[in-house]
Amino acid sequence: MQEKELEALVAERWRMALTLTGAMLLIYLGFVLLVAYAKGFMGSQIVPGLSWGILLGALVIVSAWVLNWIYTRWANTYYDERVKRILGR
Amino acid sequence: MPTTALGQPNAVSILFFFLFIAITLGITYWAAKRTKTTEHFYAAGRSITGFQNGLALSGDYMSAASFLGIAGLVALSGFDGLLYSIGFLVGWPVVMFLIAEPLRNLGKYTFADVVAYRLRQVPVRSAAAISTLTVVALYLIAEPLRNLGKYTFADVVAYRLRQVPVRSAAAISTLTVVALYLIAQMVGAGNLIKLLFGLPYETAVVLVGVVMILYVLFGGMVATTWVQIVKAVLLLGGALLLALLVLARFGLNPIALFHEAALKYGDQVLAPGKLVANPIDTVSLGLALMLGTAGLPHILMRFYTVPDAKAARTSVTWATLFIGFFYLLTFVIGFGAMVLVGPDPIKAIDKGGNMAAPLLAEALGGTPFLGFIAAVAFATILAVVAGLTLSGAAALSHDLWVNVIRGGHAPEAEQLRVARMATLVLGALAILLGIAFKGQNVAFTVGLAFAIAASGNLPAIVYSVFWRGFTTAGAVAAILVGTLSAVVLIYLSPTIQVDILKHAAPIFPLKNPGIVSIPLGFLAGWLVSLATKEKEAEEKYLEVERRLHLGGGD
Repeated sequence: MQEKELEALVAERWRMALTLTGAMLLIYLGFVLLVAYAKGFMGSQIVPGLSWGILLGALVIVSAWVLNWIYTRWANTYYDERVKRILGR
Repeated sequence: MPTTALGQPNAVSILFFFLFIAITLGITYWAAKRTKTTEHFYAAGRSITGFQNGLALSGDYMSAASFLGIAGLVALSGFDGLLYSIGFLVGWPVVMFLIAEPLRNLGKYTFADVVAYRLRQVPVRSAAAISTLTVVALYLIAEPLRNLGKYTFADVVAYRLRQVPVRSAAAISTLTVVALYLIAQMVGAGNLIKLLFGLPYETAVVLVGVVMILYVLFGGMVATTWVQIVKAVLLLGGALLLALLVLARFGLNPIALFHEAALKYGDQVLAPGKLVANPIDTVSLGLALMLGTAGLPHILMRFYTVPDAKAARTSVTWATLFIGFFYLLTFVIGFGAMVLVGPDPIKAIDKGGNMAAPLLAEALGGTPFLGFIAAVAFATILAVVAGLTLSGAAALSHDLWVNVIRGGHAPEAEQLRVARMATLVLGALAILLGIAFKGQNVAFTVGLAFAIAASGNLPAIVYSVFWRGFTTAGAVAAILVGTLSAVVLIYLSPTIQVDILKHAAPIFPLKNPGIVSIPLGFLAGWLVSLATKEKEAEEKYLEVERRLHLGGGD
């Protein structure tokens, strides 16, 4: 029984890890592709001094923080509790 | 030529510099009394807290290349420099999601511990040690300075290609490769310190080498960790102060600063420019930066210094916050240097722009602030070199000596002795050869080190924690194919073929091999594992799963 529960938790953990890694990859590669193929757009300024490139670049850094926060919250509240339950048996 | 105190010894920089050395050697003395076992030497007795380790990870990661190099790149070419800032950060969530906790739960001192856990030890460890040493070596060159080259890099690469062993047991040649790259690191450090302090080249090399050896040899991971922490606090504090002084001139509004830069040097400084001429190359570099962070041996090793997986998690959270914050500051520092110092005066001192941040400090706070920032840059070099040397020593002694040569059975005292000997050998060779050689063109090695880490180490780690069917032959194939393809492709790239060897056309069109070598590493590990079933490794997977997720072990 414990084995089955562990297997299920493992599957869940990897799904979470891969989803978030995929999200980071998507955000970052999206940014890089915009830099590579949409130079005009990235250079256009929203207000004088702030180009889309700079704004989106800063947002990529912020998105890394947000994704980390999502993972940490999930791990601290859900995953750690499940591990404790499995070990508690 | 603007008047600057840069490159002359000034009282403030020398004061800060000796203060830093005195404090860190004091830490080393304190740490030495605590470093009695290999667990202390490699892993600081697993007593570092998550927050401390987060700072230390930042210290390991934020190199002089990112502080001086990126600030310079932004100051000279604007937006393009920011690509590096952003690329260097996005690898951290990957470390968090895929690497940090499994590593802590399954390993002991090196990432080879994780990969070799349920596989046959000798081939996996040998292969992992080779790629670790290669990455360490490359990173050591990359760290200090870019574009300081006077000699060609061709000798080094040619030497390397003969030496890099295809057969996994060639430990001695690996040491030679490391040593060779340590030279380049010392060369760069020597040049940088010459620019900053006006110290003679040889003095600078000996100084860096001796102090770094003292940290690692006597204080092991305990001292190295605290040196990283002190350095991270200094660097974050220095960068914050610099950025605030810049912003104070623009009503604390970064957009006003960027606007001023665009008014002075044209709107194109806020847009992607020349550096991203080839889109595929840009993507390739991006992939290597993002996936490479999770394969850098000196970063991976830090996860063994914390007590458990939860602390490993906390340390990545802090590291990502600090490093992200630091890279946001480089936006301001870079554009600040562009507006307040100007690209031409920066280029007059150093073509690569590496002196942008120190010159900005001088413009804002005079000689004392210049002295402080120069001392911070020096602390940065020392700390990174110490972390790298320790991870190289661990690959040599823990992976190759203890687990390959001695079959995993070596008395504790012997292990510690060998680890210290490995440190001494790496350090002493670095100094001796650093004096013998001068000047390397190291501009491309940051990308290469990341590409090797992403192509060689990452597939092996990910497969060994994810995939039941992963085999010994698969691990060796992933590590060697990933590492070798990255090295070979760099050799065939425009960087070496055109820029250094002066051939008309490159054999491989991209400057960064990541987009090819990363899939190759993953593919090799997958195909070879499918072809070589390994019953024992499959049976032990359940145990791996338990330890990975439920903890336990040490």
